[in-house]
Amino acid sequence: MSAAPTETGSEPRTHYLNDGYGIKSWLLTTDHKRIAILYLISITVFFALGGLMAVLIRLELATPEGDLFQPDMYNRLFTMHGIFMIFFFLIPGVPAVLGNFFIPIMVGARDLAFPRLNLLSWYIFNIGGIFAFWAMMHGGIDTGWTFYTPYSTTYASTHVLPTALGIFIAGFSSILTGLNFVVTVHRMRAPGLTWFRLPLFVWAMYATSLIIILGTPVVAVTILLVGAERLFGVGIFDPALGGDPLLFQHLFWFYSHPAVYIMVLPSMGVVSEIVPAFARRKIFGYRFIAYSSIALAVLGFLVWGHHMFVAGMSIYAATIFSILSMLVAVPSAIKVFNWTATLYKGAVSWETPMLYALGFIGLFTIGGLTGVMLATLGIDLHVHDTYFIVAHFHYIMVGGAIMGYLGGLHYWWPKITGKLYSRFWSRISAGVIFIGFNVTFLPQFILGYLGMPRRYHSYPPEFQVLNVMSSAGATILGVGYVIPLVYFIWSMRYGKQASSNPWGAVGLEWETTSPPPTHNFETQPVVSRGPYEYPPPKEAPVVA
Amino acid sequence: MSPDGHATAVHGGGAHAAAAHAGHFDSAEQQRESASLGMWVFLVTELMFFGGLFLAYIVYRSAWPEAFGAASHHLDVRLGTFNTIVLIGSSLTMALAVRSAQLGRRQAVVIFLVLTMILGATFLGVKAYEYHHKAVEHLLPGHGFQFEGADPRHASMFFCLYFAMTGLHALHMIVGLGILTVMLIMGARGRFSAAYYNPIECSGLYWHFVDIIWIFLFPLLYLLERHG
Ligand SMILES: [Cu+2]
Repeated sequence: MSAAPTETGSEPRTHYLNDGYGIKSWLLTTDHKRIAILYLISITVFFALGGLMAVLIRLELATPEGDLFQPDMYNRLFTMHGIFMIFFFLIPGVPAVLGNFFIPIMVGARDLAFPRLNLLSWYIFNIGGIFAFWAMMHGGIDTGWTFYTPYSTTYASTHVLPTALGIFIAGFSSILTGLNFVVTVHRMRAPGLTWFRLPLFVWAMYATSLIIILGTPVVAVTILLVGAERLFGVGIFDPALGGDPLLFQHLFWFYSHPAVYIMVLPSMGVVSEIVPAFARRKIFGYRFIAYSSIALAVLGFLVWGHHMFVAGMSIYAATIFSILSMLVAVPSAIKVFNWTATLYKGAVSWETPMLYALGFIGLFTIGGLTGVMLATLGIDLHVHDTYFIVAHFHYIMVGGAIMGYLGGLHYWWPKITGKLYSRFWSRISAGVIFIGFNVTFLPQFILGYLGMPRRYHSYPPEFQVLNVMSSAGATILGVGYVIPLVYFIWSMRYGKQASSNPWGAVGLEWETTSPPPTHNFETQPVVSRGPYEYPPPKEAPVVA
Repeated sequence: MSPDGHATAVHGGGAHAAAAHAGHFDSAEQQRESASLGMWVFLVTELMFFGGLFLAYIVYRSAWPEAFGAASHHLDVRLGTFNTIVLIGSSLTMALAVRSAQLGRRQAVVIFLVLTMILGATFLGVKAYEYHHKAVEHLLPGHGFQFEGADPRHASMFFCLYFAMTGLHALHMIVGLGILTVMLIMGARGRFSAAYYNPIECSGLYWHFVDIIWIFLFPLLYLLERHG
């Protein structure tokens, strides 16, 4: 690789952050790294919005009586919590921020294949977000994030259309991102970078992109049909007009089950990077992890029926969906076992990214195993629409996806900004988030098993102890999320200069300077070996 | 990687000898392949988009075959057939336009693109006439819908899906005409050559895709139940 003379920051060097100043150089940029930063800002705002709703929900549920909000207001709160968190934070999350920043670097390219399309996707995303935000400010929507008909058609008195339009528009931004990733991985790889030398993060993002490309258009057309039904009063999903609400549920879950993998696969990719880096070992079962990402993308499209076991489905269809849903556990377990095997006899160091990655493995395992329980017909019928479901998917989406997202952010922050954050505070935050998360959601498993239904603003008094625990845990979790916000922002101004490879990790992203130059590498990298060749040769300098 | 320090400076801030490709690509060939793959991926998403509608149509058609069959008799098969022939013809002229661009024959590109656009506009004109006819017959789904048959509710659903599917298809045709206008301007200015024909090739892929959607719409909407 080329020389990187400014390791210590002694002389000014042009990199993507100081290559042009001013608002225009950001809003009109086609640099994938700057677009990643723009996305980071956008999704952080939406995360805060969704988080605010969660705070209000947990406040209401601290007491059994519905004393803080009217039931209708409570419906709007959990609906908008779900919509902002899922469509405007979790789905774009890792791909649009970390994927955008690191896929071109990891494949040794100067940018994504279609840089202007990439910028366009950010604008489209924000326009979608503005629609949803407008709807929220004008009274919100109370259908649940699933938009089930006839809640969203016949009985909807709230802003279904602007919100649905916002999600429809934001969907196109994820399609553009996915398209860009697929073409980049196929066509932009550096000389010598074969498919099986790609980092597993790239494999995971590739599988995620396939899901986005195949799934998102289906939910888009479903939203379009709901819109037609509302605008013209025709019956497609409304039984009163001759339609079938079950068709809506099928079409919706055909996208929205795979969407779970859009959220969690990228984080699995992040964990596959972090674990070998801090265990100082070559990853165990590289090909298995790579193929299991593809397997999850494929299987994910075959199991949507498990959301509809009680909605009216023949016993044969339900049995098949049940078995297929259990099969999802196989590729998931392959990943978990391979990560564990990588840790075994590794020289594990407890740096912050590793704490998050270990948190991911533990929490995802609980979420995944309860998922197998829910795939069983008998148990699903028993706990359907209870807090057991709520706890299960939060273990996947918060314990899994967000832990992975934060782990990746901590792992690559020195590369993205060229600054080091506080080691002490970041490790505290990982611990606080882990504890806060478990205190919030473990009681919900028990609540659900005891029969507390979801989506109600009041509950019988005997459930109060566990609910108070959950609300207290949510407070801890909230504090845990604020800490990184503070020290990340602090590090940008006061943080120590990061070297090009502060973790001593391998991978193309660590061979360029921190922050990377505008075109990522001073010279075109040529790849001559696989990823995760740990331990990295001590003597061989990171820069040749 | 590469500890021997292989350092062929491929990129030097845009100072390429052959500047026929964007700076982040290594070669015009790479750019062409990327554009073409990108277009194919985009068409896959389009296919899934229409796929949702096709699914809805097939599910409901098999649930209420009589009502859908009766409703489909109100479509004009002759006009549908005519439009099908028009669209297939436009695919031929589109393919010839792309071929002419690859051979660098500027005048032929212009002629074939104009022909394609005329055929596309003809299709839309006929479609507009059909829509108008449906409006006159009170077959627009909604409050003014009137249908002499056993099951007007599901006949209304047929027309709802008919308008959704053909309407989205027509929208794609209109977008296609816009794209072809841009191609026409580029072609007339002689922008295409044997070395550079990305845009018109991708536009061609799009145009053929829209045609193929119609090839499936036509029998599903017009021809089922027309045997015997
Ligand atoms: Cu699911």
